[in-house]
Amino acid sequence: MGSAMRDRSNGDISVVLCGQAGQGVQTVEFLLTRLMSRAGYQVFATKEYMSRIRGGANSTTIRVSDRPVAGAVDRIDLLIPLNEGAVEHVVSRISARTVVLGERQITGDVPVLRACTFFDVPFTAIASAIGNKLYSNVVAVGAIAGLLGIGAEHLRASVRHFFAGKPSGVVEDNVRAADEGYAAVAKVDLPHELTLSEPNRVPARGELLLNGGEAVGMGAIAGGCNFVSSYPMSPSTPVLTFLAQQAKNFGTIVEQAEDEIAAVNMAIGAWYAGARALVTTSGGGFALMTEGLSLAGMLESPLVIHLAQRPGPATGLPTRTEQADLEMAVYAGHGEFPRIILAPGTLADGFHLTQRAFDLADKYQVPVFILTDQYYIDSYYSTPAFELSRIGVEKHIVNTSRDYRRYESGATGVSPRGVPGYGEGLVVVDSDEHDEEGHITEDAQLRVRMVDKRLAKGVSLLRDAVPPELVGPPDYRNLVICWGSTYHAVKEAVSRLERDDTAMLHYRQVYPVPADTADYLRRAERTVIVEGNATAQFGQLLHLQAGIAVTHQVLNYDGLGFSVERILHRLRDILA
Amino acid sequence: MDAKVFDRGDIDIAWCPGCGNYAILRTLREALAELDVDPRQLVMVSGIGQAAKAPHYLRAHVFNGLHGRALPPATAIKAANPSLTVIAESGDGDMYGEGGNHFIHCIRRNPDITNIVHNNMVYGLTKGQASPTSPIGLKTPVQVDGVHLEPFNPVAVAIALDASFVARANAQDREQTKELMKKAIAHRGYALLDVFQPCVTYNKLNTYQWFKAHTYYLDESHDPRDRTAAFRRALERDRLPLGVFYVSPEKPTFEDNAGLYREDPRPLYQRDIDLARLRDLVQSFEAGT
Repeated sequence: MGSAMRDRSNGDISVVLCGQAGQGVQTVEFLLTRLMSRAGYQVFATKEYMSRIRGGANSTTIRVSDRPVAGAVDRIDLLIPLNEGAVEHVVSRISARTVVLGERQITGDVPVLRACTFFDVPFTAIASAIGNKLYSNVVAVGAIAGLLGIGAEHLRASVRHFFAGKPSGVVEDNVRAADEGYAAVAKVDLPHELTLSEPNRVPARGELLLNGGEAVGMGAIAGGCNFVSSYPMSPSTPVLTFLAQQAKNFGTIVEQAEDEIAAVNMAIGAWYAGARALVTTSGGGFALMTEGLSLAGMLESPLVIHLAQRPGPATGLPTRTEQADLEMAVYAGHGEFPRIILAPGTLADGFHLTQRAFDLADKYQVPVFILTDQYYIDSYYSTPAFELSRIGVEKHIVNTSRDYRRYESGATGVSPRGVPGYGEGLVVVDSDEHDEEGHITEDAQLRVRMVDKRLAKGVSLLRDAVPPELVGPPDYRNLVICWGSTYHAVKEAVSRLERDDTAMLHYRQVYPVPADTADYLRRAERTVIVEGNATAQFGQLLHLQAGIAVTHQVLNYDGLGFSVERILHRLRDILA
Repeated sequence: MDAKVFDRGDIDIAWCPGCGNYAILRTLREALAELDVDPRQLVMVSGIGQAAKAPHYLRAHVFNGLHGRALPPATAIKAANPSLTVIAESGDGDMYGEGGNHFIHCIRRNPDITNIVHNNMVYGLTKGQASPTSPIGLKTPVQVDGVHLEPFNPVAVAIALDASFVARANAQDREQTKELMKKAIAHRGYALLDVFQPCVTYNKLNTYQWFKAHTYYLDESHDPRDRTAAFRRALERDRLPLGVFYVSPEKPTFEDNAGLYREDPRPLYQRDIDLARLRDLVQSFEAGT
């Protein structure tokens, strides 16, 4: 691989597929990422799509590299427009160095493409000749594989694997479609900088290719989740779907509730009876759950909430991304009660933090949030194997005695939790203020003791706080702070700054803010918060909890999320 | 079993003197005792309101949740541990107003729980406003010209949704009410028991005398398996039928449909994750496959 390419694209190629909803962009994405992975490359894929079932314009960006890649980029090295209007949809990302692979007849004469190299391959005609123009997506996959120099054996194996179970005629037609796409570009020479080097590796043992929704879903299973009640809402639905499809395998009850109010109240009922319950939702659905959240606070019920953010207010941009529901998660629910909010950055975080959320909820009898967003849920990339050897559920349920009192006082604020039918005692919980037994009371002194007891748990749970991760020199002068899903994009941007005075601090527990925050912030001359909202919500939370104001902000709220380039340009301006 | 096992002793009860709730509470204790229900296996679930305080006045496990939200946790409690007897008991405002959506979908879901609804056709705890079952014309501090809205007919709605057990009682008839409670609790599947009771403080229309004069018991000529006949009875207005309107006992329950108790009766709290299966699942995402 030439050094010219490394300068330009940091050792990887950005392939963008663009087409209408229902046209099979996801099929191409799925096939292509598995194919690249099979051939030994590392891949990252992220998509943006419109809130509709057919038509419109959706795109997927796939980065292919011989090194780990996990952040979104704006740059397009290779564009595959699948319908009329596709080029226009991504026009701001096209440069003279973009290579286009497509059908001139479909894309038409778009001015921006005149400066680009255009490989005109008749996907549709090739597909029709094989027998069905639906095969044109697979012809395109073959052509992309051919252009990038992927071995034909990997292509055929991937297509066969994808269509396994279909009638043999269909499988063989698709293999032929892939072969013919591959052959159609055989004589084409790509610009030097778009030539992928031979992958100098075989995939590491156990290396995974999965998306954020799958990571969170498997984390829930690892956390012993056996009850899921939710109402479908983008972008949280993939977690619900994943757990529903695994339900028989793991003995999980998965119920689509009539609304989010029912969903959260079912989950709390399930925890009460000894289940480990999850709700998965997005901002508007979570808004309906807030009374239930407060109930969990009062009953001292464990609860795990996966809150996948999308832009609001109200219906907002249903299929887009944002990090603007942090304050809502921190402050939702009437009254005062503790909670924990975890925000995965990596796919491994999605798995391990979700697993941990169930144990923390059970241990401290508080609601625990997994705060993700559309970008996190829908993006996937190659990631090292998850550490499974230490997975084991910590149960915090006690066998009750005859004189059991659900809310017995103690120094930590955490009372032993019994469940009905296990032991001799009675488990009484009440949304009214209650006595130690759980029965309704209006005694003012008891009220004060119960508030203090509940809030004491908020101090106790700091013992298990997940610390932030510092990436870069410990003697930094500039500190770039981020949280949740922006981990990889910020990390790559900071690394591309190539400055030895700048480090990144990433938070995977955003509430309560871990105690060492003030130390980290005090050491920096300049602090830059990078977050996907318009009001720097986490920056403000840091100020409130650590007492130090962040000096600079990089914010994004266009619904499309952060790209590495945009963070990089803003950081260069701020740190110049 | 002696009904005293459900007695909580000398406790402060927040109901008005003469309230129909006392009769329902006493009758329920007797019904539970006659069915030999162990208090350690009984979970009383309620929402908010005067009727919703009933679980506190009985020795059992208690989940006193949010206003209108008794049925979702009751459903989940039964699903998480089917060996428990689960009774969701609350008032007409809680179950049919604030919780109306859950009422509808709980019937569709058919968990094996009993739903006892104290129906006094008025709001008590918020001081006398109309309830979903208030008759047209009832004047209240808020409905100053009298109620205009068509009263909610829980029995007809439940039959329309093919609820697996639908009955109505009159609290002052303690023997008949006890028999209906016993049938509802023993029934496998969702069982609705709507219980007429007077509100001595706020409802001057639907009094003890009014209920006596405006109700009658369904006799043997009524076949509770006949859904059309049951629906016709549910629509009667001049004199309101009492007794079992409808049963549809063959319906699978929510817990049956969940599937996980067919081969393994253990409740969820006794179960552990299958690590070998988790490992297989994670491996199915390995790159290059």
